[in-house]
Amino acid sequence: MDILYLLIPLSAVLVLLIVGVFGWALHKGQFDDVEREGSRILENDPAAVDVDQSRPT
Amino acid sequence: MASSSTTTAPVYSDTVVRGFALMSVVYGIVGMLVGVIIAAQLAWPELNLGISWLSYGRLRPLHTNAVIFAFGGSALFATSYHVVQRTCQTRLFMPKLAMFTFIGWNLVIVSAVITLPMGLTQSREYAELIWPIDILIAAVWVSYAIVFFGTVGTRKIRHIYVANWFFGAFIIAVALLHIVNNIQVPTSLTHSYSVYAGVQDAMVQWWYGHNAVGFFLTAGFLGMMYYYIPKQAGRPVYSYRLSIVHFWALIFTYMWAGPHHLHYTALPDWAQSVGMIFSLVLLAPSWGGMINGIMTLSGAWHKLRDDPILKFLIVSLSFYGMSTFEGPMMSIKTVNALSHYTDWTVGHVHSGALGWVGLISMGSLYHLIPRMFGREKMYSTRAIELHFWIATIGIVLYIAAMWIAGVMQGLMWRAVNPDGTLVYSFVESVKATYPFYVIRLGGGLLYLTGMLIMGWNTYMTVRSGKAVEARIPLVVAHA
Repeated sequence: MDILYLLIPLSAVLVLLIVGVFGWALHKGQFDDVEREGSRILENDPAAVDVDQSRPT
Repeated sequence: MASSSTTTAPVYSDTVVRGFALMSVVYGIVGMLVGVIIAAQLAWPELNLGISWLSYGRLRPLHTNAVIFAFGGSALFATSYHVVQRTCQTRLFMPKLAMFTFIGWNLVIVSAVITLPMGLTQSREYAELIWPIDILIAAVWVSYAIVFFGTVGTRKIRHIYVANWFFGAFIIAVALLHIVNNIQVPTSLTHSYSVYAGVQDAMVQWWYGHNAVGFFLTAGFLGMMYYYIPKQAGRPVYSYRLSIVHFWALIFTYMWAGPHHLHYTALPDWAQSVGMIFSLVLLAPSWGGMINGIMTLSGAWHKLRDDPILKFLIVSLSFYGMSTFEGPMMSIKTVNALSHYTDWTVGHVHSGALGWVGLISMGSLYHLIPRMFGREKMYSTRAIELHFWIATIGIVLYIAAMWIAGVMQGLMWRAVNPDGTLVYSFVESVKATYPFYVIRLGGGLLYLTGMLIMGWNTYMTVRSGKAVEARIPLVVAHA
């Protein structure tokens, strides 16, 4: 079962990667105000977009 | 790069969304028609008419590829391109590259339609396509990833909506699975050997095969679920917090469920057990997500009575719940000893495919198509209602027939006389399955009829509609 020497490290790397992305999301404040984010997609009015949440471009 | 994302007219790039949405309906009809033909061949084998191109062994991979990658894949492309633009409030990153994914993906499908009936195959389930097509798939998929993540990267809303996380995981995982599983040594333009051999090859194949179910047929469609159910219901998802937990729990646990396809084989026993345990753990995030989706309607259940699109979306979730309960149960080794190699497996797959993947795609497309053609709703709402009922009855007939057939086959195969000889020969179990094959064909025919109604409804909607440019809401930069 030499193949497990490929598949298990691959999964381990993947899990580390997922942990990394999760940490990034947490650090960037993606989960700071979660319940509000659920209703944002229902707001069609452009004015309803929260200015503070927008990215300066 | 900068020119495509920041310039001029603030409209969404929806041309590619329209293309994929319409092709999804077309491929749905074709793929389900091939399914009906092979279902009929199982009941009446003479229906291959003695023509090798029409034999079961060649049409079966054509059916699976057409419904999974052509119908489901096109629906995923259409919805992910739509959702990522709307939730990030920006247009697609590199729209020309997005157009390449549309053309490339259709080329892949056309080549599948030609090569599979010719008998050109890698003989890997759900990865039958020969190596030149695999390279094209890889090119399309990498472009897809660039467009999708480029769009997320140039978003105007700081928060990345949960549906995009599901679509993103689906895109990355499928790229990884496709490449690792298709490492081949070509011997000619149409033939190649896998670099893996024996049980190693089987392990890679099912690592791919089950994760294709997990990331292609589950994560991607959950992305649809988290956008189109709230939109269609006009309510936010029941618990946004739970949706985030759902996402991370699902992607952490999915990768090692594959060995349950290899119970009682040459695969080491401990690897089989690991596969079984991970499969059982998966029940928790799956049901969390299902409950979250269904409870979105909490306090507004009356909407389900009047809105056939919501019926599609919510009933798809109940099939998702059913098959994600059935799957872990079938991965338990003692249950698997009965169910493996029988038609129970076929029933399980179709409760997920027809019930979950099919219905959620149809519901999402019914929401999406009119909006892409400047209309509020489809040409005929009654036709949607009719489609829903025909499809649901079809699914129930299909899976009930396969459950009965599967358990019966399992019991017949393991029945032994006191002297240790088998009670039944194999062909007796085939004979006993005949009526259930006929019922399954009936279920499949109903499901196909529903899809034809959808095709007509889509045609009428597009004919009386007009492709309209949708303006991107202007986000005022923080001053």
